[in-house]
Amino acid sequence: MSTFSRRAGTLASVLTIFFSLGWAQVTWAHIEGGQAAGFITGLQHPWSGIDHVLAMIAVGLWGAQLGNPAIWLLPIAFPMMMALGAMMGLLGIPVPGVEIGIALSAIVLGTMILAEVRPKLAVAMAVVGVFAIFHGHAHGTELPLGQSGLLYSMGFVIATGCLHALGIALGLVNGLPAGKLVLRGAGSFIAAMGVFFLWRTLT
Amino acid sequence: MKLHHRRSRVPNRLIATFSLLLWPPYASAHLVTTGLGPVYDGIGHLVMTPEDLIPTLAIALLAGLRGPASGRRALLFLPLAWFAGGLLGSSVDGLPTVPVGPVSFLILGALVAADLKLSQKLFASIVIAVGFVHGVFNGVALKEGAGILGLIGIMATLFVIVAIASALIVSLKPPWTRIAVRVAGSWMAAIGMLMFGWLIRGQV
Repeated sequence: MSTFSRRAGTLASVLTIFFSLGWAQVTWAHIEGGQAAGFITGLQHPWSGIDHVLAMIAVGLWGAQLGNPAIWLLPIAFPMMMALGAMMGLLGIPVPGVEIGIALSAIVLGTMILAEVRPKLAVAMAVVGVFAIFHGHAHGTELPLGQSGLLYSMGFVIATGCLHALGIALGLVNGLPAGKLVLRGAGSFIAAMGVFFLWRTLT
Repeated sequence: MKLHHRRSRVPNRLIATFSLLLWPPYASAHLVTTGLGPVYDGIGHLVMTPEDLIPTLAIALLAGLRGPASGRRALLFLPLAWFAGGLLGSSVDGLPTVPVGPVSFLILGALVAADLKLSQKLFASIVIAVGFVHGVFNGVALKEGAGILGLIGIMATLFVIVAIASALIVSLKPPWTRIAVRVAGSWMAAIGMLMFGWLIRGQV
């Protein structure tokens, strides 16, 4: 086949695509309101508070520092217990000292990273799980009116998981020569921020 | 060389052919939903409804974790049970509000997260139960619109989703990938728990 006929074929294909796209008919699908907004709101919510963000990143960092299987199991425990906390909030079951619990989560998780504490896996999961209840209770109950609860929940859980993943990714510096020091520095920063959150809560 | 040129032109031809599919004129025969017909309405219903789509993915993940035998069972039983439920649903006048989505999210998500070693009988029973219940509610929803052809569209889509997703999971070899699947299951369970909260609060 000659170069000319090949080019002519390609040109014909491109022209067909171009004109066909311009010819598309109007389609009327089910029109629903608030669906995308619910997902986006849920996706944005975990990023809206620095205390929440730091705690979730800390979970990922600590998991990365502890290695397998904690690197995976801590981010499994956190969203499930967080959802449990949110459900408790939605049911009206009070959790005392929610804001203090959130501040303490940053202090404790930051200290664990700073001191490279390596407890048994069950203990690490329990620590993360208890603090996740406070975070869920505070943040998981704020569905704006008219938005899809399902899509909000999906966005909320996915964003939480992404923050853990960010923490794990940052925590991979642990494998580098100076990485351990950097990770412990990050832990000290998170713990210091936790002290600030606690001071702000108590004053 | 000739072979190379022939291959390079195939994508162009495929895209051109696909673009021609965008060219249909208006049709006026009961195409008021997606505009593509009842089978496509069924396909659209499944892929655009997270309450049905995510439990389907959860079953595919669970089947993949349990191995090829479970994958084959899911591939057979899920579409058939869904269709049977759909037929039943299309013959009844209405159903009470049941939190099918949250229950499926919670149970299937927890099963995937826990990576439980289920017997084949129990696994098949779960697949049939989930498929049948979701099918009943789909049957009620599609009764006035896509009807049986819509259910066939749903069946075909279920088959494709389960085939692709479970085969992908079965093929995963590194241990961390299996744990990543379990993480996805924990997210589904967490979403189910949140959904329960919203339901009890009356906000969904």
